[in-house]
Amino acid sequence: MKKTVLFGALTVAGLAAGMASAATLDDVKARGSLNCGVTTGLVGFASPDANGVWDGFDVGVCRAVAAAIFGDPTAVEFVPTTGKTRFTALASGEIDMLARNTTWTFSRDIDLKFEFTGVNYYDGQGFLVPKDLGVSSAKDLDGATVCIQTGTTTELNLADFFRSNNISYDPVPIETNAEGQQQYLAGACDVYTTDASGLAATRASFENPNDHVLLPEIISKEPLGPLVRHGDNDWGDVVRWTLNALITAEELGVTSANVADLAAAPTDNPEVNRLLGTEGELGAMLGLEADWAKNAIAAGGNYGELFEKNIGENTPIGLARGLNAQWTEGGLIYSPPFR
Amino acid sequence: MTSITDPQQGSFRLSMLINDTRYRSYTFQAIAFVVLALCIGFVVNNLFTNLAAQGLDISFDFLGVPAGYDINQRLIEYTSQSTNLRATMVGILNTLLVAVLACATATVFGVLAGVLRLSNNWLVSKLMAFYVEIFRNIPVLIWILIIYGIMTISLPGARPYLGENPDREMLFGMFAFTNRGVNAPAPVFDPLGWVVLAIFVLSVVGMFLYRRYAKQLLYKTGRLLPMGWPSVLIVFVPAILAFFVLGQPITLDIPDTMANRFNIKGGFQIGAPLIAIWFALSIYTGAFIAENVRAGIQAVSKGQTEAAAALGIRPGRIMSLVVLPQALRVIIPPLISNYLNITKNSSLAILVGYADVTATLGGITLNQTGRAIECVLLLMLFYLVISLLISGLINIYNNAIKLKER
Repeated sequence: MKKTVLFGALTVAGLAAGMASAATLDDVKARGSLNCGVTTGLVGFASPDANGVWDGFDVGVCRAVAAAIFGDPTAVEFVPTTGKTRFTALASGEIDMLARNTTWTFSRDIDLKFEFTGVNYYDGQGFLVPKDLGVSSAKDLDGATVCIQTGTTTELNLADFFRSNNISYDPVPIETNAEGQQQYLAGACDVYTTDASGLAATRASFENPNDHVLLPEIISKEPLGPLVRHGDNDWGDVVRWTLNALITAEELGVTSANVADLAAAPTDNPEVNRLLGTEGELGAMLGLEADWAKNAIAAGGNYGELFEKNIGENTPIGLARGLNAQWTEGGLIYSPPFR
Repeated sequence: MTSITDPQQGSFRLSMLINDTRYRSYTFQAIAFVVLALCIGFVVNNLFTNLAAQGLDISFDFLGVPAGYDINQRLIEYTSQSTNLRATMVGILNTLLVAVLACATATVFGVLAGVLRLSNNWLVSKLMAFYVEIFRNIPVLIWILIIYGIMTISLPGARPYLGENPDREMLFGMFAFTNRGVNAPAPVFDPLGWVVLAIFVLSVVGMFLYRRYAKQLLYKTGRLLPMGWPSVLIVFVPAILAFFVLGQPITLDIPDTMANRFNIKGGFQIGAPLIAIWFALSIYTGAFIAENVRAGIQAVSKGQTEAAAALGIRPGRIMSLVVLPQALRVIIPPLISNYLNITKNSSLAILVGYADVTATLGGITLNQTGRAIECVLLLMLFYLVISLLISGLINIYNNAIKLKER
C-alpha cells in the first residue's frame, strides 16, 4: 500500500516535471511577470543603467512582450545570461524567452529544439583593430592574436574564415564582452571579433573610440532574434507577433506618440485598426487582450523608434539602419500582414 | 557435562529483523539501499522523461563530428577540422599538463614555506606565516583573476618588441615577457644533437648510480666519499665534451620579432593563460602544503632532533636524514588531497582562457553541440578517473614509506 503511494507520487512528480514546459503563456500570466534572458551587459542592446533598470534594443523586445501580455512593460524579470548559459537557461524553463543577440542557425533551431520567432537585427561578424596597427583588411591578419567570445557562432566563423583564407591566428577565448574589452585594450590580443553591432557598441564605450577601426570585411550572416522553446507554438506565436507588431507599426507610421490616439477610435486604415484591436479579434486569437499590440508599441515605441533610441545613428553606438531598414526602404525588415 | 549449550536454533520470524540485533543492521542497510536506489531512479527517470518531453535524446555521436573551433594551447596536432573527441583529448592533456606542473611547484613552495615557517629567524618565520595566511584565506578563483589581471595590465603587449626599431629589447636578446606569454629560445637538435642529449641522460643515470654506490660504501665501511662536486662533474662534463667534439650540433631557435607585425614568432612560447593558472594554483595550494609540512615536522618529537645532534650529525643532515623521513609519514596523506584539489581546481582555467578539458569539452563543445548532459557526464568520468589514479599512486608511495610494523 505504502509502496503504491510512493510510486504514485514519483510518477506524478516525474510527469509534472515533464509537463512544465508546456503552456508557457499560462505560466507567465499566473506568475505575473515575464522571465526574459538578456546579455550580461552590452551597451545599446541590453545593459542596466545607473539605477539598475535594464535598457536597450533587446530589452525593448522583452518589454514589448510583457506589455502585450500584461499591459505593463515593467512586468519583466531580466535574467542575465552568458553565451554559455543562455541555451540551458531557456531549455530548463528558467527563462520564458531569450532576447540576447542570438544568431538563428539550423542546429540551434533543429538540434537544440528552439524556435526562433523572427529577426530583430540582421548582423554579421566583424573585426575591431587598433588604428595604429595599420591593418586595412581582415586578410592582413595572418599571425594575429584574436579575442573571441566562447560559445558563440563567431568562434566557428572565425576558424572557417582563417582556414579558407589560409592564414593563421591565435585565439584567446573569453567569457563575457567586458572581459574581451579588457584584454583587447591591454593589448593581450590584436583583434576583437564578434557581431559588428556588438563591436560598435563596445567601441562606443572606449575612452578613445576613434583610435579603433572596424575592418570592412563582414565574414558571416548573423540574423539575431528572440527565441523560445520548441513545442509550445502558442507561446512562440505571442513572441513572434509582438515583434511583427513593432515592425508593422513602423511601416504603418504608428509610433509611441500617436498610438493612443490611433487606438482610441477606428481609423481609415483597416490594417492599423486590426493591429490596434479596434477591428477584428486578433488579440483574442493569440489569447491576449484586444489592445495587446497597442500596449506593446506604447511600451518603447515601434521597431524604428527602438532602433533609433538604443543603437541608432544619434546614439554613441551609431549604427546605420542598413539591412535593418524597412523593406520599403531597401532593407530586410519585413513583417507578414496583420490579417 | 557442558555448561554452555548452543543457542536454540529457533525458527526465523519476520519480527526478528527489527528485534534481533543479529539482523537489525542488515534491515537498516537494506532500507537505506532501497531509498538510495529509489532516489537515483527518480532523478534518472526525471531526466529521461524531461528529455523525451523536449524531444531530446542521449547520444555521443557528436564526439566524431568536426569541432570547428581552434585551440590556442595544444600539445598534440589539432585543427578546427579535427573531431570533438580530438578537442577533448587536447583539453585532457592541457589539464594534466597544468596539474602536473602545479603539483610540482606547489610542493616546492609548500616545503620551503613550511620549513621556513619553523625558522628561528623572526622575520623569515613571520613572512612565511603571512604568505600562508593570506593565500589560503582568499578563494583560489580570486587569486587566479588577480594574477591574470596583474599580468595583463602590468606586462606590455607584443607590439613594443616588434619591428626594426622596437621600443623594448628582448632580455639577453632572446627572452620576451608580454601579456600574451613568455617567449624563450628553443633548442634545435641536429641528428648528432640527440646523441649529446642521450649522453646527458646517461650521465644523470650515472650520477645516481655513483651516489648509490657511495651510500652503500658508507653503510658498509663507514667511509664517506665526496658527493657534491663528483655529481656535478659526472652530469655535465661528458655532455659538454660531446657537444664540442661533435661540432655543436644543438643550436638555439631565438624568438623572431621581425616575423610579422602582430606577434613574436618562433622559439619556445608559454602562453600567459598557462602561466597565470599554473602560478595561481601553485601559490594557493602551496600555502596548504606548507601547513601540512609544518604539522609533519612538529609531529616528530624533539628528542629525535636532540638525539641526532648528540650523535654529532650536522643540522642540515638532521633535517634531511632524521626529521623529514619521519615527518613524511604525517605529510603524505593530506598531500594527496592537496594534489587532488589542484587537479580539480584546474577546471577554473577557462577564467583565464586556458583550454583545459572543462573549457574544450565542457565549454565550447558543449555549447556548439548543445549536448550538455553527455559532456558533463564525460567530464565527471574524467575527473573521477584522474583523481582516483592520483590517489592510488600516492597511496602506493605512502605504503612504501609508512612506519613498518613487524
